[in-house]
Amino acid sequence: MSEGRVSALGGAQSQGLVNIRDIGLQGMVSLRADLAQAAKAVEQVTGVAMPAMRAITSGKACSVAWMSPDEVLILCDHAQADGMVTALSKALAGQHHLAVNVSDARALFGLSGPEGALRDVLSKITPADLTTLAPGEMRRTRLQQVAAAIWFETEAEARVICFRSVARYVFDLLAMSAHTSGAVGHH
Amino acid sequence: MLTFQCPYCGVQACETELAAGGEAHLKRFGPGSSDEDFEGYLFLRPNVKGVHFERWRHAMGCGKWFLAARCTATLEVFGTYPAQTTEPPPEIIAAIKARRPDWSLS
Repeated sequence: MSEGRVSALGGAQSQGLVNIRDIGLQGMVSLRADLAQAAKAVEQVTGVAMPAMRAITSGKACSVAWMSPDEVLILCDHAQADGMVTALSKALAGQHHLAVNVSDARALFGLSGPEGALRDVLSKITPADLTTLAPGEMRRTRLQQVAAAIWFETEAEARVICFRSVARYVFDLLAMSAHTSGAVGHH
Repeated sequence: MLTFQCPYCGVQACETELAAGGEAHLKRFGPGSSDEDFEGYLFLRPNVKGVHFERWRHAMGCGKWFLAARCTATLEVFGTYPAQTTEPPPEIIAAIKARRPDWSLS
């Protein structure tokens, strides 16, 4: 399925206070449903327990992120996203829900570097409180003018999801914020 | 800066992450109502200086609408509560009265 498909910025990279890279093709499935009722189906299909409020839980092949009281985002292999949608729709048959493969409508960036620099670089462009954002929590917020979601995989590795249409804007914004002349040393 | 806690996702969201939706708890006068009632519903707002109930949407976040009570003069926030509420809940009233003893819900 993924033949001929490219990610938004084709694996772009930027070096600075932190390293920023376009992660490449990433499967993403958006599921809207009554989360309490859908928990069993999600666990059955993804192998990951339904995350608590704002949490992102990871399993072997998938991660599941809490997006809103009635929405989760499932991160999986790009080639498996369509199969994931089918499996979810089957597991949730008869239950009001919406599962959509949004892989090619989003962009995913990876930021790696020292923890303090990571938090500084992100803090400069978002109103979210990065001091309290621990690994395992996803914060939906804005990066300057556009909506984005941020989380820490580890203390030295952060992830940013945004809409594909604003991928270049977000990448350039992150790169500018991570410019070596812009160190602030706050975190 | 105005900061509200979204009652749906618990995030402390500053006003730049939110979209303002005007006054809360408006009573809609629909078909069969008088022109005066409908005009009041559509246009007439008290524009208070002080305690105010408002609608906000967590636009750059979980996307949900919620309601908030705040002071328009000092920007003090008394509390936020879900949008599926037709009148200010007792705990919000109590929180306002604790800070503004001479205020009453009119």
